Amino acid sequence: MEAYADLIAADDVLLFVNAAITATGQREFHSTAAEQQLSLDFLHEYMRVNYRGLYAAALALDINDHNATLIVRHLLESTREATAEQRHTEGRLIARRLALLPPQRVYKLIGELRRRKVNNRRTRAILRDWLAARPDQTLDAVKYRAGLKRALRHAHLRPGHEEVGGFLFASAARAPYRSPLLDAWRRAHYEQSALYDLPYTVAEGFAQRHGIPRGAFLERIAPRMTSLERLRLQESARGHGAAVTTDLTRMPLTRLASYVLGLPAADRLARRAELTEALRAAARRAAGAQAGSWGRVAAVLDDSFSAYGSGVKRRRPLAAALACHYLLEALAADYTALWTTGRTDALLAHPYGPTPLGRRILDALDTAPQRLLIVSDGWDNAPPGLAAEVLRVWRTRLDPERRTSIVHLNPVYDADGFDVRRLAPTVPTAGLRDAEDLPALVEFAQFAEGRTDLGELTSHLAARTERFLAAGEAR
Amino acid sequence: MTTTPAFRLDLAGLDTRPAQVWGGVRLVPLVRAEPLTDLRLHQELYETEYASVPVERRTSYTSYIPHGFVADWTRDGTAAAAYGTQLASTQPADTLPERVRLQPPRRMAKREGRTRLRFLPLHLALEGYLALHFGGPTVAWEQWSQQALRRGLSPRAEEAYSGDQVRGLADALRVFEIHPGQCGVAVYVADALAAAFVVPHPDDYRSLHRSLLLDLYGELIHHYGTLSAPVPDFRADLRSAPVRTLADLRAAVDEQERAWARFHGTTMAAGLLDADYRRRTVHRLGRFTLARFVPDFRPKQENHIGEAITDDTGRIAYLKTFRLSESQVRRGHLLDRLAAHDWHLGRTAAALDLTEPQLGLRLEAAGFGHLLRQDILDHYRKKADGR
Repeated sequence: MEAYADLIAADDVLLFVNAAITATGQREFHSTAAEQQLSLDFLHEYMRVNYRGLYAAALALDINDHNATLIVRHLLESTREATAEQRHTEGRLIARRLALLPPQRVYKLIGELRRRKVNNRRTRAILRDWLAARPDQTLDAVKYRAGLKRALRHAHLRPGHEEVGGFLFASAARAPYRSPLLDAWRRAHYEQSALYDLPYTVAEGFAQRHGIPRGAFLERIAPRMTSLERLRLQESARGHGAAVTTDLTRMPLTRLASYVLGLPAADRLARRAELTEALRAAARRAAGAQAGSWGRVAAVLDDSFSAYGSGVKRRRPLAAALACHYLLEALAADYTALWTTGRTDALLAHPYGPTPLGRRILDALDTAPQRLLIVSDGWDNAPPGLAAEVLRVWRTRLDPERRTSIVHLNPVYDADGFDVRRLAPTVPTAGLRDAEDLPALVEFAQFAEGRTDLGELTSHLAARTERFLAAGEAR
Repeated sequence: MTTTPAFRLDLAGLDTRPAQVWGGVRLVPLVRAEPLTDLRLHQELYETEYASVPVERRTSYTSYIPHGFVADWTRDGTAAAAYGTQLASTQPADTLPERVRLQPPRRMAKREGRTRLRFLPLHLALEGYLALHFGGPTVAWEQWSQQALRRGLSPRAEEAYSGDQVRGLADALRVFEIHPGQCGVAVYVADALAAAFVVPHPDDYRSLHRSLLLDLYGELIHHYGTLSAPVPDFRADLRSAPVRTLADLRAAVDEQERAWARFHGTTMAAGLLDADYRRRTVHRLGRFTLARFVPDFRPKQENHIGEAITDDTGRIAYLKTFRLSESQVRRGHLLDRLAAHDWHLGRTAAALDLTEPQLGLRLEAAGFGHLLRQDILDHYRKKADGR
């Protein structure tokens, strides 16, 4: 009986980790945002109540920011249920995770805690430490004005900078500030040149108010943009005749893949050398020391119509597949890519047509690979269930010694199944967010193969937690 | 206009591909190995949704008409451009491209040029069904009312639901992944064939895929859509296949696909393909013929009406069908039987294995009570009650 409960626990944890890596509560190709959120909320509640320790340990894994803030919120909301020892570990995990999150996510989380009237001593202490660790509070005061104001109010804190209190809370007209950033914000109300000293998101509103033409504004504010803002605005700036340049080779792989897929086919053809080089460079960086060490690899990549995702996550599954393609190319000594549409030019990938996964897997097995990776949302429909049958027959009759290791990576959370969609019980499936995590995921997916031992899984999570916390303390 | 008896639908040239299921809706893609390039279809959206089309003098057809189709063809078999295709420079133009001025449709199928025909999809077929024996009794037997003798079945109305009212259809069409080369689809709701739709060219299909939502569906399909549980996928199953090598596995996979196509053709779509139809030519378009067809109205069975464009070899270039609901089939059946016996109630009743009062009451139940004289109908009722 005990062993049976352990099996279920291990399954639940794996399922939750997959969900926490992929789900963002946004609309997907097959389900609406409301369905996604309802499903995810249930999963969080279920995990928190039943496996609190493992639930908190998920913060140490490569889960996405949306789920990290959800876990933090759920833990802080239910402080009373935790033992003293649990509180200690949770506190360290939360602090470490908050330090890694982008600040806007944390300010949003604080707003959510305020809305839910969560204001226990632990919450206030965690907020205090996080705010104290922010490098420059004047920047936060300008860029996240409402968020910081709410945070200070909620946690009953004094601002860390002498002028910030007046800046946020005093309503009367003010004398010049000594801090240059705060003063730039004050002057930007009437002086156009001052807004170019502000961060891009803040300056954008002032530019609109002063009626500055978009092209001229983008060109002058470019030095103040973050690297992701540059990547995002490059194309629209070009449309306005402004030059916002960015070094593509330094971008993270999956972001870069999304950017490439956002370009029209003609542009991709014209800039083929540049884009390919950037993607390969990013892949080499992600592969690191493992480059070329994976031997003979075949990949089945899904570019069927459902890889389009949805209007709010445009071409996200396809971007994950494209990024995996370049990363595997870097990792493998001998690499074969098989797209479901049968295309051979990865750079021109475009979501189109049905998902004949079964046939593509057959084609991949024909090349006798050492590793086979399948990147797909798991909606195998031409014909349905063929991939599962091919994989089953391959495992049971053609390759019982497991010479080929097969892993399925799924970038899409399936709201109805509370998990990513699986292809076959014989093949482990792992959720995929960024292609950069692929080597770690492939390792983790071994747990999902066959029957998982809870003890082994718990010790793996404990080791990950230790490493995660140690990395924080070393900084 | 000619009526050829006993004609069967033949989907030769269209391959069946694996179905895609969403909830209670199953969509079966039909793929053409060679698209037809000398006939192209194009959608025309009407601003006013209700339209009245004069059919002949004093007869008009009024219906919800969300869209029309335009067929273009060439006389010498060279490729035709889809209607509306225009050459334009890549520079953003100041003026919008030329487009059709919208006018209320004048006829069900209207020639709009030497090689262009505009027609209202499905309405052609529905009109064929509504106009069935529309003239009323051909012999003035005493039982028929004055109205039946003077004005026939007029006014005749039938009800249908538009596709967006069929639950699950909109979502199923949205998540459907169109196959390369796909020229048609068979729509099943709760595994009842709701409609078959075929166009000449894959590009036409891509642009007309959404138009399935604007089409009409019978009461039966609407009920099935509302009440049905999700239908299961026909999943591939290789358990019985003897597999020793990868080549064996590949052969087993091929066999799975063939088995599905066979099953679809002979079982799932049997109600549409194995029935006899009466065909009536509406228009000739070069080597193509636009025709509408009605079934033999077999009660308690699948009955489809529809319209088709066939080429000179009989291959289907365009097809759209509508599944009649049970009461519609019964009405068609009654009218057909009456017409076959020169509208003589006694002889028709005998042929249907009924008594004359029973037939009278059945006509009333089918909505044709106004065709019988009131005193005759009262007499029938009394007889039925007394029994």
